[in-house]
Amino acid sequence: MKPASTSAAIFGRSTPAKRTERAVFWLLRLATYFVLFCAAFIFWDIGTKGGAVIFKPTAPFINLPFLTEAPETLNVFTFRGENMTLGDRKFRAFKEAHAAELKTARIETYVYSAGGIFPNIAGTVLLVLGSIIIALVLGVLSAIYLSEYATDGPFVRFLRLSIVNLAGVPSIVYGLFGFGMFVIAFDFGVSLLAGWLTLAFMVLPIIITASEESLKAVPRGYREGSLALGATKLQSIMTNVLPYALPGILTSSVLSIARVAGETAPIMFTAAFVVRDELPWQVREWTDFFFQGVMALPYHIYVVASKIPQNEYTRDVQYGTAFVFLFTVAAIAMTAVILRQRLRKKYKW
Amino acid sequence: MPETAAPSSAPRLVAVAPTAPTNPAARAVIEIDDVDFNYGASRALHDITLNIQERQVTAFIGPSGCGKSTLLRCLNRMNDLIDGAHVSAGEIRIDGVNINDPRVDVIELRKRVGMVFQKSNPFPKSIYENITYGLRIQGQRNKAKLDEVVERSLRGAALWDEIKDRLHESALGMSGGQQQRLCIARAIAVEPEIILMDEPCSALDPIATAKVEELIHQLKKQFTIVIVTHNMQQAARCSDRTAFFYLGKLIEYADTRTIFMNPANPQTEAYVSGRFG
Repeated sequence: MKPASTSAAIFGRSTPAKRTERAVFWLLRLATYFVLFCAAFIFWDIGTKGGAVIFKPTAPFINLPFLTEAPETLNVFTFRGENMTLGDRKFRAFKEAHAAELKTARIETYVYSAGGIFPNIAGTVLLVLGSIIIALVLGVLSAIYLSEYATDGPFVRFLRLSIVNLAGVPSIVYGLFGFGMFVIAFDFGVSLLAGWLTLAFMVLPIIITASEESLKAVPRGYREGSLALGATKLQSIMTNVLPYALPGILTSSVLSIARVAGETAPIMFTAAFVVRDELPWQVREWTDFFFQGVMALPYHIYVVASKIPQNEYTRDVQYGTAFVFLFTVAAIAMTAVILRQRLRKKYKW
Repeated sequence: MPETAAPSSAPRLVAVAPTAPTNPAARAVIEIDDVDFNYGASRALHDITLNIQERQVTAFIGPSGCGKSTLLRCLNRMNDLIDGAHVSAGEIRIDGVNINDPRVDVIELRKRVGMVFQKSNPFPKSIYENITYGLRIQGQRNKAKLDEVVERSLRGAALWDEIKDRLHESALGMSGGQQQRLCIARAIAVEPEIILMDEPCSALDPIATAKVEELIHQLKKQFTIVIVTHNMQQAARCSDRTAFFYLGKLIEYADTRTIFMNPANPQTEAYVSGRFG
């Protein structure tokens, strides 16, 4: 080593290690920025284009028909030299009044591009609520068994491994499983019940794993404290373990809500209808409620994005649905977050 | 053990409070008879035999890992929670009943043998709910009865005057010493016969410790108390009888006075005078 270099060393000579360091640092930084950029672009695109459908510059500022009506076919035609667009119901009345003039007119139709998406919103909310309730009940019970009762052994290890593996199964496989199991074998038909069970099975691994972790995070002192006062194990779990684990369990369910609401594959064979005239609560017997198919937002997005042409007439329903979908998921997730905060405040430890 | 009235001439590390001479006729409420205890394959206690007398404070002392906490947790079968932990030989009898008999209801046992833990563990609920927990899980719903028990237990734990105005606030808002006394109040609310204390003062400051010790002194009029402690002064101050454990064996068990002033075993002598441990 030359003596001159030793005194210069303190000023930070560039060495290969340092250059690599800087390059990797920039790579990491760019990767993060890229992800951020993509996410921002998606939200911006849907927010501006979809927001323009939902929010109006004039009172009542919100496009209420879009949120409260059922989807309709849009009819586009020229009438007395003027371009007209009418939803199916209005168009029929119009056609009767001007039958002669319309005979020669060229009418283009676009399905689902008029009216609103109310049945889809209702269907998605019902699917999410039902499947989350089923998944939470099954998941929390399994988690309690795994964390409080099961003694570690080959069988329990096998159980855990199965649960972890279940988390990696693609959603279309759940969809086909649900179709084979619930729709055909149990003869539920394409129904809410089949959809609930399929979606619940899909998120069970997340809920079981997270619930088990939050149960284990409850200090042992609470369990011992209540057992030492003469509580049974079950009493100790119900009064002094589970309540404190609930915030953590709800955190996992927030994640699950987003998945349940968003997945199209599991419901397209089990619960979703492309179009249905009755609303979910318009049933003859209350038992029919569980055995009816519903329209759902993610499936509707799939349909309007792939089955109808992309043009100025169909754009509104496409972006509008995506926007409402994002908003609905956020709203349901927010409810869980608020619930969690309130529980945290109640059981602070 | 013979009473030794004359203090030893050598300077002692520990000041010994004058305790009433042990009444030899006192009933042995807990009889530990030749007990071996295993954690899986490793043996934690060897051939422990000792009797614990009614309405006295019995202290278990000894260096870390000597098995004193293990023995304490055998007395209300808290060790049942640990996989593979079991009494491998001998019997522990409380009021003449072998508590490891399969017919014994461990819930009933734990109602009769209360426990206070090293780390105070008030539940993250209100003070009132903490005290009434034991009764509520037994199905007691009568408000007047619960109110009465809360007051009696808190008075019993010398806490009533300090916290009577905030019974419905979270127990976690109390100071460390108050929390530990709350745990004692919670234990006496279910009216046990025996109270086990596992290093109850190890996390407390000297003033809070003094209050708990004073409390122990009061409680022994009504309860049989077994206390595990690292603090030899504490054992000397508040116990009637002391058992010294070392490496899972009971080395010496006698009047506290004897253990500290005139121990028979040189290991005990070395430990209580601070030469090891």
